[in-house]
Amino acid sequence: MIKKRGSVLTLSGTPTNQTLLDAFVEMYRLAISELPRDVVEGLETGLKKETSTRAKGVLRMMLENIELVCDNTKPLCQDTGVPIMYVHYNAADYSQLQLKKLLEQATKRATKEVPLRDNALDILKEKSVGNHPIIHFEETTGKTRVELLLKGGGSENVSKVYKLPDLEVGAERDLAGIEQCIVDAVVKAQGRGCPPYIVAATVSSNIADATASAKELHIQKITSKNSEPKLAALEKRALKRINDLGIGPMGVGGNTTALAVKCSANYVHPASWFVGISVGCWSMRRVTLVLP
Amino acid sequence: MATIHITTPPTKEDIMRVKAGDEVLFSGRVLTVRDKAHRWLLKTDFKPMHNAVVYHCGPMFEKKGKEYTIIAAGPTTSARVNHYTPQLIEKYNIRAIIGKGGMDEGVRKALIKQGIYCAAIGGASVVYASHIVKVLNVYKTEFGMTDAIWELEVKDFPVVCMMDTKGSSLFQKVEKASTTIYKKQ
Repeated sequence: MIKKRGSVLTLSGTPTNQTLLDAFVEMYRLAISELPRDVVEGLETGLKKETSTRAKGVLRMMLENIELVCDNTKPLCQDTGVPIMYVHYNAADYSQLQLKKLLEQATKRATKEVPLRDNALDILKEKSVGNHPIIHFEETTGKTRVELLLKGGGSENVSKVYKLPDLEVGAERDLAGIEQCIVDAVVKAQGRGCPPYIVAATVSSNIADATASAKELHIQKITSKNSEPKLAALEKRALKRINDLGIGPMGVGGNTTALAVKCSANYVHPASWFVGISVGCWSMRRVTLVLP
Repeated sequence: MATIHITTPPTKEDIMRVKAGDEVLFSGRVLTVRDKAHRWLLKTDFKPMHNAVVYHCGPMFEKKGKEYTIIAAGPTTSARVNHYTPQLIEKYNIRAIIGKGGMDEGVRKALIKQGIYCAAIGGASVVYASHIVKVLNVYKTEFGMTDAIWELEVKDFPVVCMMDTKGSSLFQKVEKASTTIYKKQ
């Protein structure tokens, strides 16, 4: 049996491959059609604070769209994104191989049944293969859970990596430099990635780690507080600066350009500081599935 | 800001009276055109494209028997086809483009005394699908269903004009103003 509480699904009973597959398909169905409550509230707060008439119209239509799909039968956006999964598995209950196989099978089924748009294209065979999830595994001692993000192409296309120092951007190797990269990425993105954005940033010694860690920050609620006070302060400053830019929802002008900024700091190498910026669109589709 | 109803194919007079900032409600025939289709359209002569309203969109659909129904059809990022667009406008006498996120200086110039660029709201797919009355045709399905050219009949399809025939661009204004603020921060 699957219980739903907001954007968290919980499967109970003795799991079989069949009930797991069904639960994974349900996870997709919920993700494409219902935004997490914190994101919806972020948009509602944006609308209340917004001063531009045009921007208010845009935010209202976004909320209308959310309202229209509330019966979970239609996708919020025709770009159902690339499925990115973070699987925290308890090895006493599940194996990585088993979960990987089932998640790939469920993705095939969901593509037909939910449905999802064909978003995995094989450029060599010049054909679509449906959808293919990007899965990250990490062992846990707690309950097994799958965090699913559906990340659309528009916001992915405006995501970026900076190598510090970046003199053109005016970013030195310090916290102020990271903040500068975050704001710069939004200035360069303008309205192309569907703002209001959720901007995530990670500094790391390594490009791949910087971008992957930044993306993983999107599984957090936009209201979650950074436990590191220096980063919490940076997020607050960057968010204010972004919303002072006047880009507004969909770039039409206004003061609702971002709903949140998320930042984390991994270790850097004495010679290498990379800042990965993962820009999320307003349609931040995220679901957590907890397994028995 | 006025609200202007336009029935397709739009005439030059229809388009000339739309100003950047106006709400435009399109009714009639609209063709979805994405990256692959742009490349192809510039190499060939595709009759249905002449005088068409271009929609940057890769819709989601349902197929029952031979009938297609659109279930989600928001705009895709227009900037990806900036480099094809001035030629497309000239070759096919395009008077209206619908997309999201704005287009570049080359497109702004190509639209002067010719056409308008209108913004739809990214992610508001179901709202837009509700303004699509019928799928008239699907061409070039070998590009994939997302990249195919969908000929759609729309009714009061709601967008905002962001670039007009006088060369005014609201996106460009926002970009300039935001860059100035950023430099002062």
